[in-house]
Amino acid sequence: MTRELMKGNVAMAEAAIRAGVEAYFGYPITPQSELLEWMSKRMPEEGRVFLQAESEVAAINMVYGAACTGARVMTSTSGPGISLMAEGISYIAGTEVPAVIVDVVRGGPGLGNIAPSQGDYRQVAHGAGHGDFFPIVLAPSSVQEAVDLIGEAFDLAEKYRTVVFVVADGSIGQMMEPVSLPEPRPIRRERPEWAVTGTPGRSRRILTSLYLKPEDEEIVNLRLVQRWREVEANEIRYREYYLDDADYVVMGFGTAGRVALSAVRAARAQGMRVGLFRPVSLRPFPAQAVRELAQKAKAFLVVEMNGGQMLDDVQAAAQGQVPIRFYGRMGGMVPFPDEVLDEIQALVDEPPTLDEDPRARWLAHMQRRMS
Amino acid sequence: MAAKGWVEIDETLCKGCELCVVYCPVDVLILDKDRLTPQGYHPAALAKEGCTGCNICAVVCPEAAITVYREVKPRARAKAKTS
Amino acid sequence: MTVAAPTKPKNLKLIYQRPESLVDSATHYCPGCTHGIAHRLVAEVLDEMGLSDKTIGIAPVGCAVLAYEYFTFDGVEAAHGRAPAMATGIKRVLPDRVVFTYQGDGDLASIGMAEIIHAAARGERITVIFINNAIYGMTGGQMAPTTLPHQVTTSSPRGRDVATQGFPIRMAEILANLDGAAYIVRRSLHDATNIRKAKKAIRLAFEAQVRDLGFSMVELLSTCPTNWGMSPVEAMEWVRDNMVPAYPLGDYKVVPELQKLRV
Repeated sequence: MTRELMKGNVAMAEAAIRAGVEAYFGYPITPQSELLEWMSKRMPEEGRVFLQAESEVAAINMVYGAACTGARVMTSTSGPGISLMAEGISYIAGTEVPAVIVDVVRGGPGLGNIAPSQGDYRQVAHGAGHGDFFPIVLAPSSVQEAVDLIGEAFDLAEKYRTVVFVVADGSIGQMMEPVSLPEPRPIRRERPEWAVTGTPGRSRRILTSLYLKPEDEEIVNLRLVQRWREVEANEIRYREYYLDDADYVVMGFGTAGRVALSAVRAARAQGMRVGLFRPVSLRPFPAQAVRELAQKAKAFLVVEMNGGQMLDDVQAAAQGQVPIRFYGRMGGMVPFPDEVLDEIQALVDEPPTLDEDPRARWLAHMQRRMS
Repeated sequence: MAAKGWVEIDETLCKGCELCVVYCPVDVLILDKDRLTPQGYHPAALAKEGCTGCNICAVVCPEAAITVYREVKPRARAKAKTS
Repeated sequence: MTVAAPTKPKNLKLIYQRPESLVDSATHYCPGCTHGIAHRLVAEVLDEMGLSDKTIGIAPVGCAVLAYEYFTFDGVEAAHGRAPAMATGIKRVLPDRVVFTYQGDGDLASIGMAEIIHAAARGERITVIFINNAIYGMTGGQMAPTTLPHQVTTSSPRGRDVATQGFPIRMAEILANLDGAAYIVRRSLHDATNIRKAKKAIRLAFEAQVRDLGFSMVELLSTCPTNWGMSPVEAMEWVRDNMVPAYPLGDYKVVPELQKLRV
């Protein structure tokens, strides 16, 4: 199996091409522009559609149009672009057509900076657009995992007729790692039976998210809820490391999870019984697995590159059964293994209590550091 | 002599907007104030002799509710018979 | 007293009937609304060109939000202003289909300004039917980018004050300046003669698409009797007397291949 050294953005783009993506519409924004650039070169080579749109607003609506024809289609952007795309994302979900959206996350809010963060978790997992809909959200922690998840993302989007986000921290988009690319899949020529294709010899098809009668809209809403329950039952993804005999569980996704893994290994080497739980599907969130860990563990340490967004989901899943502490870096700062190791040590030495505010220690610590 | 025409107005579609009535160049259409369509509008109606089948009413009708006919001229029919 | 119809002549031949591409049902549009005329013309043209069953229409947000219900061919619903982007996505993946958008003045000239300009600049092989009635119909009569100076609307209750509310935008003139545009014209729907000319323009616009010549748009001066507070007939006259002077009818861009065309 040959491996190539590839930048994350480029690897994700190539993975999408191999997964049979037919159309890419995007707009430049750091730190994902290389994905757009790679597509601009490769898609025409493969006879597929590439277009740099005039804005993320236009891009997501081009995606929406192509998705309505049953074509495999994607876009990529960063946080500010996801904000612009929110309406389009809601339309895509409300029309029940599939689309893949890559979010390569930068510092924020607002213009922020171009350094890596995980500040979009809440937005993509809980607030991607208006109305009752349920995107699937996948979070890789390596370039290889990003490549693998891109392929799955298209399959999931089509299976459940929904939006699938692949949310990669800026670091994943930018770093170079050895990658095995999958074998190219042929373009699937047969269109789904709902697709609007302007084809003679059949009755008219209409795709819309407009249901003026509330009774009709409610039917759609319930259908989306039912479909989401299938997703929750079947599509949860997470990785566990050293959890069999762990007293303390570190939780993190993406780059934070990866850094935490190094810290967990170092802690193990020092004899601490600590493991890592790394969600790969942020939505559906692996709540059941977290709940089970909450029964066994003495404490959780949630590590993120934001102010504690997955933390809220962990707390909800843990249902107050386990003390939880949080450690985060924000604004584009990436935590190092030794920082996380210090926090693990503190967790072991001075375990949190159930009524402790998970952020209290972290904020006090950050305040000291800042002054 | 001007051709004779004939129009039929579909009253399930007519909304009584009166455009055909006003734009008809020979004033043969009226809005029938004594009747209501199933939707509750006063329908347009052909009320007088003189329709030429010019098609203007159908051209201005926003509901595409008007079907237009024109009489086949006797000379043309005779020609058709002999050829 | 029921009206007595005149005598029906014998030997009648059919001159005109409702186009096939229009679904056989009443619309929700107000009595006298020129949306109905525009829909009918599009249907007639697509029927005459034999393109209906290869067509995908994109409905806007506005009174025509349900436009897809009234045509027999495939349709999709776009977000407000984004129909040209959606059309781009569809046409790029299905280049041999006929793709058109149907947009009002808020959809196209306000929120959708970026999308229409860029679609035209890219020369997307799509056709845009632009319904300019100088007002926002569906939302109850607010000011549009095309509202005339001093025109009273619900958001310019003292009449559009150009000092604070700016000037109307002439879209045909703007888009004609873009090299990707192949056919950009303005017509009116205010009487039979102009409606006939509008139909020819719509025909040429779709020809521009199927002949792969570039982006096409027909701007149609239209009425909104309800929000203008007029009868349908008065509204037609208002277009003739007020809108035509402000929005001159004519051909703003016609590529040579289309100039030679006789349809």
